Amino acid sequence: MAAANNIENQNKKNKKEEMVAEKRRQKFNQNIKKTIKTIIFWWLILLGFRYFFPDRFSAAISMSSRYLKEMILVFPAVLVIMGLADRWVPTSMVEKYLGHNSSFQGKFLAVFLGTLPTGPMYVAFPIAAELLRKKASLSNVIIFLGVWASLKVPQLGVEIQFVGLKFSILRFIFTLISIFIIGILMEKIIDTSEFNEIE
Amino acid sequence: MNYGCSSYQYFCFTFNYIFILKNREKSKEALKIALSKGLGLAPQLISLVAVIGIIFAFLPPELIKEFLGGEFSLIQVGGAALFGAVMMIPSLIALPLSGSLIDAGASYTPVAAFITTLTMVGFVTIPVELKELGKKITIYRNGLALIFAVIIAFMIGVFI
Repeated sequence: MAAANNIENQNKKNKKEEMVAEKRRQKFNQNIKKTIKTIIFWWLILLGFRYFFPDRFSAAISMSSRYLKEMILVFPAVLVIMGLADRWVPTSMVEKYLGHNSSFQGKFLAVFLGTLPTGPMYVAFPIAAELLRKKASLSNVIIFLGVWASLKVPQLGVEIQFVGLKFSILRFIFTLISIFIIGILMEKIIDTSEFNEIE
Repeated sequence: MNYGCSSYQYFCFTFNYIFILKNREKSKEALKIALSKGLGLAPQLISLVAVIGIIFAFLPPELIKEFLGGEFSLIQVGGAALFGAVMMIPSLIALPLSGSLIDAGASYTPVAAFITTLTMVGFVTIPVELKELGKKITIYRNGLALIFAVIIAFMIGVFI
């Protein structure tokens, strides 16, 4: 009887795994379709654009290709690192250092994490979502995003050189204060428990 | 197109290699997650690239220069903030431009508003943000950042 039960359980488990794999495959195909549709859509827009504004076309293409290049170089690496982090960094660790009880140290760590890299903004959003899923507090995630966006160290160097030291220092201080206020305000308003239920 | 590897990718390959040696199954899963996530984000990223090009074609930096170099007014500060929010120019272009504006006699307040919203608010990246963080966070973050950018700009104008 026990053995029969065991086999039944095993069967159930296999079935469940198959279903998950099937679902994943479906989503994969859907995403491929969506990507192809988007490419076709923008290709048509581009053709129309070239037809109606031939003199502005080259500026648009040079800007787009610049960002495309950056994306191809940076994004795969970030995705792989995030995939690894997803498997290897336990939720409890993120919760301990960036969670609701991390107080001032967590905020400091969020600022530090934000100033460290030089990646573009669209890379920061998946990382922020990952942090939220691993139970980091919303204020820390918003601080991380804000610092990543506007207080990157290499960018500050350029700013001091071209716009002036006093301006940069003032902007740094005021921006940091407002990012903290925005983060704390948003944590009071928005409930992030839905992020934990998805995974 | 140049397909050279960046230092990021070299770092990543070695990193991954170590993990593959340590635990094959878990690393495979990690790569699978990376692939499916990348594919999920691909439509948004493609749109992002296309929209950047189109916006850049219609709002070239020269236009901002004309606008910010004019007479100081409240409308100018608000306009500068909106300009910065809609556009996505690399800071290596935007910051020298701002510097030359100030050298030419523009006031600090609109320039500060422009730089702050340029970095903190991104209309172009909103599709990516929506997909990853949801409607509520996106709206609040960008809205609050826009408001605070104007406050920051006036504070800088007062203190400098």
